[in-house]
Amino acid sequence: MSMRSPLGRVRGLGSAKEGTGHWWAQRVTAIALIPLTLWFAAGLLSVIGAEHGAAIAWIGSPVTAVLLVLLLATGFYHAQLGLQVVLEDYVHHEGAKIAALLCVKFACLLLGAAAVFGVLKIAFQG
Amino acid sequence: MGKRPLSPHLQIYRPQITSVLSILHRFTGIALALGTLHLVFWILAAAQGPEAFAAVQAFSDSWVGQLLMLGWTAALFYHLANGVRHLVWDAGFGFAPSQVSISGGITLIVAATLTLLAWLIGTGQLGMSL
Repeated sequence: MSMRSPLGRVRGLGSAKEGTGHWWAQRVTAIALIPLTLWFAAGLLSVIGAEHGAAIAWIGSPVTAVLLVLLLATGFYHAQLGLQVVLEDYVHHEGAKIAALLCVKFACLLLGAAAVFGVLKIAFQG
Repeated sequence: MGKRPLSPHLQIYRPQITSVLSILHRFTGIALALGTLHLVFWILAAAQGPEAFAAVQAFSDSWVGQLLMLGWTAALFYHLANGVRHLVWDAGFGFAPSQVSISGGITLIVAATLTLLAWLIGTGQLGMSL
């Protein structure tokens, strides 16, 4: 006989209160990153060693700007999900763990926001 | 924690392709997260102007920069290839011991090939550009 309440079973969120949300988010972003990463690697090779003008022409073109913003948002979200698991596995002191998690989450958000701002500035202002 | 019995330390076990590739996925993930710093600086420098862009480009072209870029490329393609391997496992396929070793070998070959290809194209060795 299960000791779990019918409501708890239906919600399926378990003792961590988030169910399989983290797992799914990591997989969905991983799948999105496959084509985005391959596109980005190919695009980067086309502007490698290029002058400033050629680089911003590439970054600022509509297709590149949109895909780059998607890559940055998805990539940093995926990164903080992955780093979170690493910290939860190896940092055992509760206070240090929470501090490290906050640092990683804030850093990923800051870097992602800064990079997206850079792409949009190039796209709109050149 | 008290004195609970612990399982033997990692060093006790002989490294196998499965365990080595597993920890490599984590290492490359962490390395890629750190490597995004360079990508963010590159974009912000491009947004800033030609002088800032030239400074970041000069770092990229230095031997330290090139070494980091090579490591970053290898880490990217390894994490990508092994990530696909993980997704196949998530779908429920390829768990037999022999299959796990074979997919590990394929992962290494794909990662090495893509890394080599990217550097041959990037350095103009193939005489082609994208």
